[in-house]
Amino acid sequence: MSAVLHPHESMVGDHHDDHHGAPHGWRRWVFATNHKDIGTLYLLFAFTMLILGGVLALVIRAELFQPGLQFVNPELFNQLTTMHGLIMVFGAIMPAFVGFANWMIPLQIGAADMAFARMNNFSFWLMIPAAAMLASSFFLPGGAPAAGWTLYAPLTLQMGPSMDSGIFALHILGASSIMGSINIIVTILNMRAPDMSLMKMPMFVWTWLITAYLLIAVMPVLAGAITMTLTDRHFGTTFFNPAGGGDPVMYQHIFWFFGHPEVYIMILPAFGIISQIVPAFARKRLFGYASMVYATASIAILSFIVWAHHMYATGMPVTGQLFFMYATMLISVPTGVKVFNWVATMWKGSMTFESPMLFSIGFIFVFTMGGFTGLILSMAPIDTQLQDTYYVVAHFHYVLVAGSLFAMFAGFYYWSPKWTGFMYSETRGKIHFWWTLISFNVTFFPMHFLGLAGMPRRYADYPMQFTDFNMLASVGAFTFGLAQVYFFFFVVLPVMMGKGEHAPQRPWDHAEGLEWEVPSPAPFHTFETPPKLDATATKILA
Amino acid sequence: MGGKWRSTSEWFAEQSFFLSNLKMKMKNLIQKLSMAGLVSGAWLSQAAWAVNDLAGGPAVLQLNLQPAATKIAAEQAWLHWFMLIICTVIFLAVFGVMFYSILKHRKSLGHPAASFHESVKVEIAWTVIPFIIVILMALPATKAVVAAKDTSNADLTIKATGYQWKWGYDYLKGEGEGVSFLSTLSNEHRELSNSGAVGVSIDNYLLKVDNPLVVPVDKKIRIITTASDVIHAFSVPSFGIKQDAIPGFVRDTWFRAERTGDFYGQCQELCGKEHAYMPIHVKVLSAEDYAVWAKDAQAKMAALQDDPSKVWALGDLLKKGEKVYAANCLACHQANGKGAGAIKPLDGAAVVLNADNSKQIAILLAGQNNGAMPSWKQLSDTDLAAVISFTKNNWSNQTGQLVQPSDVLALRK
Repeated sequence: MSAVLHPHESMVGDHHDDHHGAPHGWRRWVFATNHKDIGTLYLLFAFTMLILGGVLALVIRAELFQPGLQFVNPELFNQLTTMHGLIMVFGAIMPAFVGFANWMIPLQIGAADMAFARMNNFSFWLMIPAAAMLASSFFLPGGAPAAGWTLYAPLTLQMGPSMDSGIFALHILGASSIMGSINIIVTILNMRAPDMSLMKMPMFVWTWLITAYLLIAVMPVLAGAITMTLTDRHFGTTFFNPAGGGDPVMYQHIFWFFGHPEVYIMILPAFGIISQIVPAFARKRLFGYASMVYATASIAILSFIVWAHHMYATGMPVTGQLFFMYATMLISVPTGVKVFNWVATMWKGSMTFESPMLFSIGFIFVFTMGGFTGLILSMAPIDTQLQDTYYVVAHFHYVLVAGSLFAMFAGFYYWSPKWTGFMYSETRGKIHFWWTLISFNVTFFPMHFLGLAGMPRRYADYPMQFTDFNMLASVGAFTFGLAQVYFFFFVVLPVMMGKGEHAPQRPWDHAEGLEWEVPSPAPFHTFETPPKLDATATKILA
Repeated sequence: MGGKWRSTSEWFAEQSFFLSNLKMKMKNLIQKLSMAGLVSGAWLSQAAWAVNDLAGGPAVLQLNLQPAATKIAAEQAWLHWFMLIICTVIFLAVFGVMFYSILKHRKSLGHPAASFHESVKVEIAWTVIPFIIVILMALPATKAVVAAKDTSNADLTIKATGYQWKWGYDYLKGEGEGVSFLSTLSNEHRELSNSGAVGVSIDNYLLKVDNPLVVPVDKKIRIITTASDVIHAFSVPSFGIKQDAIPGFVRDTWFRAERTGDFYGQCQELCGKEHAYMPIHVKVLSAEDYAVWAKDAQAKMAALQDDPSKVWALGDLLKKGEKVYAANCLACHQANGKGAGAIKPLDGAAVVLNADNSKQIAILLAGQNNGAMPSWKQLSDTDLAAVISFTKNNWSNQTGQLVQPSDVLALRK
């Protein structure tokens, strides 16, 4: 991010900022209070964790390439699946969206910075020791936590000391998320340019506002669940330990009361990104802006009353199963509305297909497949067959990889000219897209068949009938991993190092919003005085 | 459900010819892809490809649910097709529109952008119509949920207990009452897994157990699940059942197998390191065969009735102990008694060599290290005495010490 790294160069002749320009050297990052710097830190951190989690996934796929144990023992295998999940959810996807929020929310609402700039610094730097503690738990006696990312009791009671460091790491990451969310809510509610009413806010800002409320509501629930696990492990309580009258199923209820909204925490900002990009490249306003906002809010509200669809197999009463089945199926309605709105936005547009649009269309197409498998899984009788099989693995990778990750790639291609001041290579972006899309489907589509045929998830070894599709999935996974290495070295690094064409202020002809009203790269300080906006709150009045 | 349902599922059965053709083509394609795509090491043996479909278990390149052996499973399969078809139709419709738009409404074709950006009528329509579709989907699903949950009036009740890592079956009520045994994965398969399963093709790989669960055909079997340590899940796909086995709690499910034969399932809830190695094998027998089996099993139970006061000779006890060790201890502590990683060695271990047996007995009864070494109290006094004696007199441990069942009994609480 050349210009971002040396902001003074981009402001030649702009002398008045001497006393509040960017500090230099390591101080600039360690003491960062600028939302753009912190956004960059978040994104780099998230990408590092993505690669780390990806390497763990590839060891898993190498082991599963064929039956029999070749590379890891079953103990290590369970550690790998657990850590892959934890790192991807808490280390990669969530921080990456916070990175997007830091960079884009002040720019999109015409605010000078985030509301609590120092707390912003703290929420980022808390994640480093937490991530280090989580990742280094592999080296503790007994290895990393191996109870699955869901950390079900009472299996957690059998784990070694790494379970405690894992719990502590999650506590810290949770605290960081809550601080980040408070910051985002306060920024959005208090620091918008005076002419930007709530219903004129960009969709990305709306989705993050709702996401931040979800985070504040559920992160403490997770903290509660894992704290009870901790006291069960060390202080003689028996919340979840049946040996003392505890209830292991209660753990699952508490966990999933966090866990299901968490799913939407990881997808709502993605909806926001897609809702910004599709109109820009269809050269047409977003269809049904108001219904998009309402759909997002309804998804968020419904997400609190569906948690037990993760638990059909625990043996709920009939009425319980029916309630959670109906509530879950209901979520497909607002989600459908979103997909219809995106398609209607494209309809009769004047479309071009640069990398951000390709990833957005890829998102809509593949995410919807994940949505349909979700609808199928929501039916308790079918779920009886599919619960805890590879079908579920396929389903949540369709919504989290093809959903969240694709949306983040789309967002990167869309906004990186603004961040760095340089255009990425369009050819390389297209290569990255097709490579990613195809290898993603080669990896995860066969998992539907494996799940239908009954292959359980979290298995280090499997009956030989499952070999073929596992081989295919492993080949796909390595290809997919390689595509992301290509992305980093051939797309991200060049623009960060300032190679490529200089980006114009508005690189996409129909991109709307205040972020395109400032030069590329965005100066270190923007909107130091609140801008005066036009009626649509997308342009600054001179 | 009614005849309409069954005839629909028959229609789907007719499609299996098409599917099997498709399978052959896919298999070729996948082989080529995989071979071309990855370094094919020596362990990528041709033999691994020779595995056959397993009746009552998974098939090679299976694309859909396992063939149903109960009405519930047939209903699930019907529901799955029902959902799949509706979803596919919606998918094709929505993305038909999207791809039409992508093809026609592009700038390169000179298509001008329209300016509409909302329509209350359209938006209400595409909220209400999906809502109605969802209700239509929920109706048959509700019937199936209610049917699957009705565990009343069972002919035979069996308790399935999940242990780390095996299943215990107790015939509680009905023909065969009192029969009780443990069901463990074949050691041969477990060792094969460790060695990388090189160059073998076994149709029931990781599904072969020493003692299958035996049930009669066409009888309502109620399975009560519970667990002794962590959560497991009892699942047999072709019966359409999956029920968590939760320590401290009992849950139930049921099935009525419509044909005899062998049916397979696996533990479906992460339960620790040997999670992949605690299969379920259900043998469905005709009523007559089952009656014979049950009588025989009950007789054996009586003969096995543990007499903890019996005093054993070292040789007999060691022979018995070797079997107990192979079935219960070998997976972790290894054939050489050296353990691995976090698993402690028995060979040369002070607690094993100690002339005071009480410590070792206590560990076997109560477990150790938060259950990393589980409790084995479900084994009989004789089995425990035998396996302890075996560890005391095997490998380099030649103590000559002998633990009698009465010693174990004395320490049981």
